[in-house]
Amino acid sequence: MKSEHLYNYILGIADNSLILGQRLGELCGHGPSLETDIAGTNISLDLIGQTRSYYQYAAKISGENKTEDDIAFLRLERGYKNVLLVEQPNTHFGYVMGRQYLFDVFHLLLLQELQFSKDQTLAAIAKKGIKEVSYHKRFSGDWIKRLGDGTPESTAKMQEAIDDLWPYTQELFDMTDADTAMAQEGIGVDVSKLKESYYKQVKTLLTQATLEVPQSTYFSRGGKNGVHSEHMGYLLADLQYMQRTYPNMEW
Amino acid sequence: MDNNWPLWEIFVRSKNGLEHRHFGSLHAADEDMALENARDVYTRRNEGVSIWVVKSSDITASNPENNGELFEPAQDKVYRHPTFYKLPDEIKHM
Repeated sequence: MKSEHLYNYILGIADNSLILGQRLGELCGHGPSLETDIAGTNISLDLIGQTRSYYQYAAKISGENKTEDDIAFLRLERGYKNVLLVEQPNTHFGYVMGRQYLFDVFHLLLLQELQFSKDQTLAAIAKKGIKEVSYHKRFSGDWIKRLGDGTPESTAKMQEAIDDLWPYTQELFDMTDADTAMAQEGIGVDVSKLKESYYKQVKTLLTQATLEVPQSTYFSRGGKNGVHSEHMGYLLADLQYMQRTYPNMEW
Repeated sequence: MDNNWPLWEIFVRSKNGLEHRHFGSLHAADEDMALENARDVYTRRNEGVSIWVVKSSDITASNPENNGELFEPAQDKVYRHPTFYKLPDEIKHM
């Protein structure tokens, strides 16, 4: 392999989009209305499209005759490097939008930096993703404001979702070995530097939504190193079923 | 949920220079949501460059019961179509 660090760095970014895309995909046909159903599925497809570009690139540099499908579908749970936030379940629509927004703000900040990567391929993928992710953030942010500033029931449910998801936000800014190595080479983004801007944006939106900013000081982490929550196994069972049951199948 | 949301008529301009055309209708809580929903429902396959949304209740429509007096008198007045002019051969694409 040309660069172990680069390979792991790409997976670290791509796995977030894959797992969040899968989570949103679970809602296809189950959205609260036809319009929100299509919107959620669109976002899912955007994310999975981005994932494909990353995995195709990772497969190329792996030097092991791998394909994008091998990387997406045939790793064990410990091999997935996504943050815990994106694997959290679709408990109710407040959670779906809360999880989306808490990730979108980070995702956009990341891509806005990654577009200046010294690695031409990563820079191109990031540049293409910025418009998509800007829309994701606008969509999820609008819903948080609607629900937060809606009826007493919607306010309570939105607050519940934000409170429950908040402990997964700090992991976004942890630096893995691959992150550090790639940031030093000017290929990767130093995500720890995005933290301040992230919390500032999120807190502003929560205030606009008349929601309270959680005061919790406990934060969960582990996904970036392959240590996932119990939800991940079920998600992967769904995601991997076809490739494991019918190896090498194609659509 | 849908029952509480008003209906909106969606008009999309497919290309610059063309007029907005009626694409369909959808439910949304307000005009901002209607625009976002229209973007996702009607323009996700690159169908448009501009969207108008209009609350369906703001449209005044003709009553089908009046179709007789409104439209039928025009049916036997073929002379209102410009089909009786002799065009010179030199004019091709008319």
